[in-house]
Amino acid sequence: MITALSHSFLHMLLPLALAPLLLSVINRTKAIVAGRNGQVLLQPYYDLAKLLRKGAVYSHTTTWVFRAGPVVGLAAVIVATTLVPFGGASAAVSFAGDLILFAYLLGLLRFVTVIAALDTGSSFEGMGASREVTFSALAEPALLLALAAVARQTGSLSLTTMYAGVTGATWTHAAPVFALVAGALMVVFLTENARMPVDDPTTHLELTMIHEVMVLDHSGPDLAFIVYGSALKLWVLGVLLVGLVVPIHSGNAWADSIVGFAGLLGLAVVTGIIESSMARWRLTRVPQLLVGACVLSTLALVLMLR
Amino acid sequence: MTGWVDTALVLLTLTSLLLLGSSRLTRCIRIVAFQGVVLGVLTVTARPTELSLRILMLAAAIVGLKGVTFPWLLSRVLRDAAVRREVDPVVGYIGSLLLGTLMLAVSFWLSARLPLPMPAISGLLVPVALFTTLAGLFLIVTRRTALTQVLAYLVLENGIYVFGVGVVQGTPMLVELGVLLDVFVVVFVMGIAIFHINREFDHIDTDQLTALKDWTA
Repeated sequence: MITALSHSFLHMLLPLALAPLLLSVINRTKAIVAGRNGQVLLQPYYDLAKLLRKGAVYSHTTTWVFRAGPVVGLAAVIVATTLVPFGGASAAVSFAGDLILFAYLLGLLRFVTVIAALDTGSSFEGMGASREVTFSALAEPALLLALAAVARQTGSLSLTTMYAGVTGATWTHAAPVFALVAGALMVVFLTENARMPVDDPTTHLELTMIHEVMVLDHSGPDLAFIVYGSALKLWVLGVLLVGLVVPIHSGNAWADSIVGFAGLLGLAVVTGIIESSMARWRLTRVPQLLVGACVLSTLALVLMLR
Repeated sequence: MTGWVDTALVLLTLTSLLLLGSSRLTRCIRIVAFQGVVLGVLTVTARPTELSLRILMLAAAIVGLKGVTFPWLLSRVLRDAAVRREVDPVVGYIGSLLLGTLMLAVSFWLSARLPLPMPAISGLLVPVALFTTLAGLFLIVTRRTALTQVLAYLVLENGIYVFGVGVVQGTPMLVELGVLLDVFVVVFVMGIAIFHINREFDHIDTDQLTALKDWTA
């Protein structure tokens, strides 16, 4: 018999343990589509372990800001994972308006990454930071408007009760709204995680890098924190999307967790397929995509407010 | 929000928004074709209780004309004109999308205070019809190539049709077909006109037509 409290505690540990697996599922999908065998599924864990054993190299031009970046970022995203409800259970922490906190914890993560990148004084990292900020400034309204539409539909301002309100029954009478929100969230998911049509996570071609360029100067444990943090970010944003698209609350905690995790794995596979089948868009086209996402969530909200 | 009607209406809105943000002309044509098909679906699903042969024929005519014939006709024109994208619209694509959202909000606001003699089949119908019409009008004004303007005219007409199918009950078949024929003639004539403009000037940019004048040697 698991009490509700220990259950949400378990759901806090789950992303901490399994988030890197999503990265490797995406990579594996890309490899399979490209006809390669791909790396073993535990590769991200090996990478993280390797990085954690190493020492960090710091440039003389950097200050404490550079050192604080990865730590604060990881802390912010871990707090964010406590706010999202996973697999039908309530989140570890929930209160009215926690969706705003959620959005701004991710904002804090981005802010410290950007400011650490700027602290290196490299013009190259500054370029990446500028791109990242431009795109996320457009992705953030899409996220907030999408969440606002769901909040309006379910009549609640807390992520936990919002997602508990999303059921098959709500889908049948608000399908267009949820479909629009899901579309917008998918674009936000791809943008925020530096995924394909917006950013290429594997690229090391200098002029096209966005997220990768900002973390170039980090090494050892710092880099491990950043990689782990982005895996967690992938997890939390994925949970937001999966919770909406797979609205199954059977009541059985284990079954719900398995369904939720299967949904996340499915999302990772979809992301892998998107990455394999699309090219990175020209930098000037990306804002159009993001404004499109904003329009989708605005439309959802307008449909809801009517 | 229930059923097919609302889904069709949301799809109509989405296609109009997509059109506001697309630059490739082949894609624009496909979007408008899809909109025509959605319109056919809307015609059938609008009043499922009084489904008759008349409605089915009308829907088939709409899908046939707006979903197949016009796109085919316009693709041919496009191939002859050898233009691939709208290069320089008066209002940029992102600006168009944002203004589109604004138009959407205005349509909802306007329809909330529009007294109708009879209730529409769905609360979404009037705002979507208004929005589609506004979007068509906006596109006619802000796009430069003649082809996009024809597409925009079609979108405008679609908006008016949506209003008709959802609010006015029992429009005579003859009127509907007459309107469709009118649209057909317009697109046909515009197709020929685009072809001639293109042959004469090597482009289909209508903005430069304003500089036309008699040649006084």
